[in-house]
Amino acid sequence: METNKISGAEAVIRCLLAEGVDLVYGYPGGAIMPVYDELYKFKDELHHVLVRHEQGATHAAQGFARATGKVGVAIATSGPGATNLVTGIADAQIDSTPMVCITGQVGKHLLGSDAFQETDIIGISTPVTKWNYQITEASEIPEIMAKAFYIARSGRPGPVLVDITKNAQFDLLDFSYEKCTAIRSYVAVPKLKLKKVEEAAAIINNAKKPLIVFGQGIILGKAEELFKAFVEKTGIPAAWTILGLSALPTDHPLNVGMLGMHGNYAPNIMTNECDVLIALGMRFDDRVTGNLETYAKQAKVIHFDIDPAEIDKNVKTEVAVLGDVKESLEAILPLIANKSHDDWHTKFKELYKIECEKVINEELAPTNGKGISMGETIEMINKHSKGDAIMVSDVGQHQMFTCRYSKFNQSKSNVTSGGLGTMGFALPAAIGAKMGMPDREVVAIIGDGGFQMTIQELGTIFQTKVPVKIVVLNNEFLGMVRQWQELFFDRRYASTEMTNPNFTAIAEGYYIKAKKVTKREDLDAAVAEMLASKESYFLEVMVEKENNVFPMIPTGASVSDIRLS
Amino acid sequence: MENKTFTISVYSENNVGLLNRISGIFLKRHINILSLNVSESEIETVSRFIIVVDTTEKWVQNIVGQIEKQIEVIKAFYHVDEETIFLENALFKIESSLLFDERQIQNIIKESNSEIVTVARDFFVISKSGKRSEIEELYSKLKPYGIMQFVRSGRISISKEKMEISALLEELKQN
Repeated sequence: METNKISGAEAVIRCLLAEGVDLVYGYPGGAIMPVYDELYKFKDELHHVLVRHEQGATHAAQGFARATGKVGVAIATSGPGATNLVTGIADAQIDSTPMVCITGQVGKHLLGSDAFQETDIIGISTPVTKWNYQITEASEIPEIMAKAFYIARSGRPGPVLVDITKNAQFDLLDFSYEKCTAIRSYVAVPKLKLKKVEEAAAIINNAKKPLIVFGQGIILGKAEELFKAFVEKTGIPAAWTILGLSALPTDHPLNVGMLGMHGNYAPNIMTNECDVLIALGMRFDDRVTGNLETYAKQAKVIHFDIDPAEIDKNVKTEVAVLGDVKESLEAILPLIANKSHDDWHTKFKELYKIECEKVINEELAPTNGKGISMGETIEMINKHSKGDAIMVSDVGQHQMFTCRYSKFNQSKSNVTSGGLGTMGFALPAAIGAKMGMPDREVVAIIGDGGFQMTIQELGTIFQTKVPVKIVVLNNEFLGMVRQWQELFFDRRYASTEMTNPNFTAIAEGYYIKAKKVTKREDLDAAVAEMLASKESYFLEVMVEKENNVFPMIPTGASVSDIRLS
Repeated sequence: MENKTFTISVYSENNVGLLNRISGIFLKRHINILSLNVSESEIETVSRFIIVVDTTEKWVQNIVGQIEKQIEVIKAFYHVDEETIFLENALFKIESSLLFDERQIQNIIKESNSEIVTVARDFFVISKSGKRSEIEELYSKLKPYGIMQFVRSGRISISKEKMEISALLEELKQN
């Protein structure tokens, strides 16, 4: 009478299906083979993408999650398979990306025996996961998988790792699945206090020079429309962190640009001029605040967030509104007055004009006789994509140019490694983003350094035929480090110059259509051809070697000490 | 901000790995744990950690926030010494012959409010509960006679005020 029994491995697949997962990224190996055997049987319902390195599986799962808002899933074997996931898990943790990683583990009887490919992935992943758990009995699988998905996606999202011993994959269990909706020790969303909302509204209504700073919380909380309504009703200039980018359309008249180290001139200067600073779904990262001792000291700070641990962590708040941002915005909207703050906006416009004259105009249309700039390449992509593409950037100078200059019409369109700054992120993340949003154009912008960190994922692109567009901005340098060496280390270019291989030949070796642009006059046609391609396309753009990203707030300096050159 | 001694109380589920998760929060901030005690709490299946650290109030707030954020942590608090009743336990192993040869030892035991928990042929064991300073005082008095073994427990503490967790725990108790 044991006909209802299935194997632990099959249970894993059934749990994934029950959570609505139809796409996973992974790499097989000894300790996860029972699960792969079931993946084979379930291949019509659950698509598995074989990456070329487990790190690629995590970044692809992240790209998928960031572009779709759903939970990304990565699967790996024990030992090196599991440890190769760690960078992506850390990235997802610091950028609050919902992800479930499943790792195989040696059999329960071998735990702690230094068995082949045994590694303590629970111990290793603990500091970089929202939650993790080692399953050693098949019967635990449904409940733990349900918890894993609930924890990954609820509240402030994050990565969860479930490590499953091989015996638990083989053993049989009576399977029944019930979605997790609550855990007694875990408050996913703090209860909104109306009193706090009223206090916040009163301060906002009395503000003379208010500034909104917003982060990814708007996107994660699916509150873009309400946020736009809030910005429009209050008439307050709104500036974004790089993870908040695309939550408000680029050309929205109240969008005043990017905060922080390489952000726009006006919002950084005005942070130290405003009387009220309204932060929504952001965490005052040091790259945003510069020196905390001189950050917005004159302002009353109102902080809307879902995570109580973020309140007063870096910046002392006058009023903290804890809760789901959608709910908070719904509550505050009727309480706030219609305003326009015209004089205050004029100051932003004046500063923007200065930034255009000193930085932006030259970057987007160089007249100095130098080679192609990164900014003008992004501008060319804007011209052809019309701001409808998902831009996936890697880490470095090109990332800052991508975030500063890309045009976005819709949310969840900027996928980048913000908090961890993981070089090698973009290529696999673009694969995930494109598979998650197949109807949208996905363009990866990568430096010549980062491209070589996960270059093997060209193999995944070739095998799956996922039509991502890859742009390598090649300055033959690790550009951002070189910029710091130029500015702060007396131009001692220690190990930042790169002798690169023939990238287009490598792409062609993977049967990906490739082109290299070295002259400005060829850029327009090449970008047009790339975006018109129905298949994946690799475009290498040779850019000016020693350009710098400006504006810049040097490390430890105040946001108002932002430099234009 | 000056450093102070803070007692952090954590109510949590009793799960493998949680200790690692909590200690990692201190490790990440390069803060040394002065004492750590884990036991059952007043609620069955709920564990209680008592962690003593020497740090600033800003850090302890930050740490408690991060601890409370862990999925299996029900609630975390911090207190300064004045807000809690706290003590530590110590055991002293002393050579048996001294108990009879050195009359003074019996006086020390009496005066220090400690007790003899066992007497064997070769040794006897004194147990002392109290503040760190009282245990240290007893230690210094016994030292001249020779201490075969000494061990002191982590701090255990109970808050004077009712904790806001009580109602929540009551709820868990009933479930």
